[in-house]
Amino acid sequence: MNGFLRRVAVAAVAAGAVLAGSGAQAEGERYVLVSHAPDSDSWWNVIKNALALACDQMDVECEYRNPPTGDLADMARIIEQAAASQPNGIITTLADPDVLAGPIRAAVDSGIDVIIMNSGTPEKAREVGALMYVGQPEYDAGFAAGQRAKADGVQSFLCVNHYINSPSSTERCQGFADGLGVELGNQMIDSGQDPSEIQNRVMAYLNANPDTDAILTLGPTSADPTIMAVEQMGLAGEIYFGTFDLGDNIVQAIKDGVIKWGIDQQPFLQAYLPVIVLTNYHRYGVLPGNNINSGPGFVTADGLEMIEKYAGEYR
Amino acid sequence: MSQAGQGTAPLAQQDERVKQISPLRKALIRPELGAIVGTVAVFAFFLVFASGSGMFNAQGVLNWSTVSAQFMIIAVGACMLMIAGEFDLSVGSMIGFAGMSIAILSVTLGWPVWSAILVTFALCIALGALNGYIVVRTGLPSFIVTLAFLFILRGFTIFFPQMIERKTIIGGIDTAAEGDWLAPLFGGKIGEPVFLWLADQGLIDVYTRGTQAGRPIVDGIPMLIVWALGLMLFAHVVLTRTRFGNWIFASGGDAQAARYVGVPVSRVKILMFMFTAFCATVFATCQVMEFGSAGADRGLLKEFEAIIAVVIGGALLTGGYGSVIGAALGALIFGVVQQGLFFAGVESSLFRVFLGVILLSAVILNTYVRRIITGER
Repeated sequence: MNGFLRRVAVAAVAAGAVLAGSGAQAEGERYVLVSHAPDSDSWWNVIKNALALACDQMDVECEYRNPPTGDLADMARIIEQAAASQPNGIITTLADPDVLAGPIRAAVDSGIDVIIMNSGTPEKAREVGALMYVGQPEYDAGFAAGQRAKADGVQSFLCVNHYINSPSSTERCQGFADGLGVELGNQMIDSGQDPSEIQNRVMAYLNANPDTDAILTLGPTSADPTIMAVEQMGLAGEIYFGTFDLGDNIVQAIKDGVIKWGIDQQPFLQAYLPVIVLTNYHRYGVLPGNNINSGPGFVTADGLEMIEKYAGEYR
Repeated sequence: MSQAGQGTAPLAQQDERVKQISPLRKALIRPELGAIVGTVAVFAFFLVFASGSGMFNAQGVLNWSTVSAQFMIIAVGACMLMIAGEFDLSVGSMIGFAGMSIAILSVTLGWPVWSAILVTFALCIALGALNGYIVVRTGLPSFIVTLAFLFILRGFTIFFPQMIERKTIIGGIDTAAEGDWLAPLFGGKIGEPVFLWLADQGLIDVYTRGTQAGRPIVDGIPMLIVWALGLMLFAHVVLTRTRFGNWIFASGGDAQAARYVGVPVSRVKILMFMFTAFCATVFATCQVMEFGSAGADRGLLKEFEAIIAVVIGGALLTGGYGSVIGAALGALIFGVVQQGLFFAGVESSLFRVFLGVILLSAVILNTYVRRIITGER
């Protein structure tokens, strides 16, 4: 009986020591990055690495927070919580302005500087009182990709949407359709997040619609299983395949000629630049005069060297 | 105690069928005892490790209270149902479905917000009744039946807005709800004069800039918290002070025995499914009114969070034993731990590890304390 209690006490003290270690408050500036990504989204690893790098270089303290299931209402609570802990600045996304505008506005009004990164638009960022927007306007990126595909002779496509709950994912597909000059209609599928489900749904769609010219995936989560799908169906290199974002498998597929191009929104810059901007703003009062577009950049089989080296880490 | 018929007072006291229990022991044999101990431990823990982080200023307290209140609303429903011997795994999907229903009715179809809310409540409670009816009629485990509804409701929640508006988040409910008589009951705040006064006294921080400059950072208690406390009190009274409450315990403890003594077990269970659906709809309505939009991803995994809170609160998964106060404290522990880990600056990828460890220790402690006291094995 006593043994049990003693063990519980020891465990509690040990847990406390870890807590105290990582929670130590340094003297310098403190920034919190709140993302909307569920734990399962590996793409955000680059953001975490770039954040750590920037904070190391600037010698400031940083924290990364996200809603475990990707529930945006939970994200709003995390922003409120971050504001309550009174950091110098918050770097966050505007995945859904309806839900997030209130908490972000409240943080700004209580004296915390905010930079919007990744999801959102320059206009929305200004509306919530953020200093600036660092990211890739999603619709425009999709539109540019659509125009590029149209020039290559594409007339129909499949958009594999693995994050159907996020309006910006749908905007990417919509932009691509508008760039092509076709109706989006039923060409966007809700693929879910599970790799084998995604693969099978893509195969089912392509079997049911054999005329499909092109595939657009929205990130490694949907691209990796889709690569498997087209390889299994013998369509690798045949079908026009473009994707948003990069990752190990995507880079390899671009090299192999399975994927035509990847749209690089350069997430590194989205986490790195806000920290640099905020720190210099707080230390010396200097602030760039405009928003920063981190993308889109089209990555093709030419010049993959740096990307290959750092894919999944900083690229 | 027996007050029946011919028995005189001394005789009634020495009724051989009633075991003598000391008042202290009686006070200790409560399902919620473990949760009370856990609550004290959790607060002590965070007072030590997160006191300087803003967790216990007005804004921080409001933050974890709101999160706890969310858990509490669904935990109260889940607790009543679990005591009645059933599960509802469709709670999370019901939250998404109810929110989307309000959004589609009020924004897309342009109905007045009050009617959208009332129709949604009716619809969701009816779905709860359907859940219960299927369970009672088929005798299938509620685990399976409600698991089916988890998928069905989530599927509709994604399908309808996609079909009607080509998107999965519908906004603009806050503008539609302006001037509505029913909406403030879910999305409003109370006690604003008190908080203004507190801010004037310098006890609460005020906004330093923007359109709200000079207003207190915390300007009222959200109705979400009021609903949570109200539902908890209501359920506690029903469960412990009424005949119907005894029926609930009896239905979950041994349904067949309960039927023999005349308890309408089927009716009790169906009503409890309806109550769970009601709680989920309250959660959804508060959320939709606060944030002004409904999303297809709302409420993911909330059914498990509700069950976890109930189990921390001392209820048995097998039914027939539990306490609403315990479930509410379980929700408080869960909310405080979840938000408190952020405040304490735990590396976010370790968050789930800590959450799991703390939940497990809470449940073990709970069971252990109960066994010491009740002497059961």
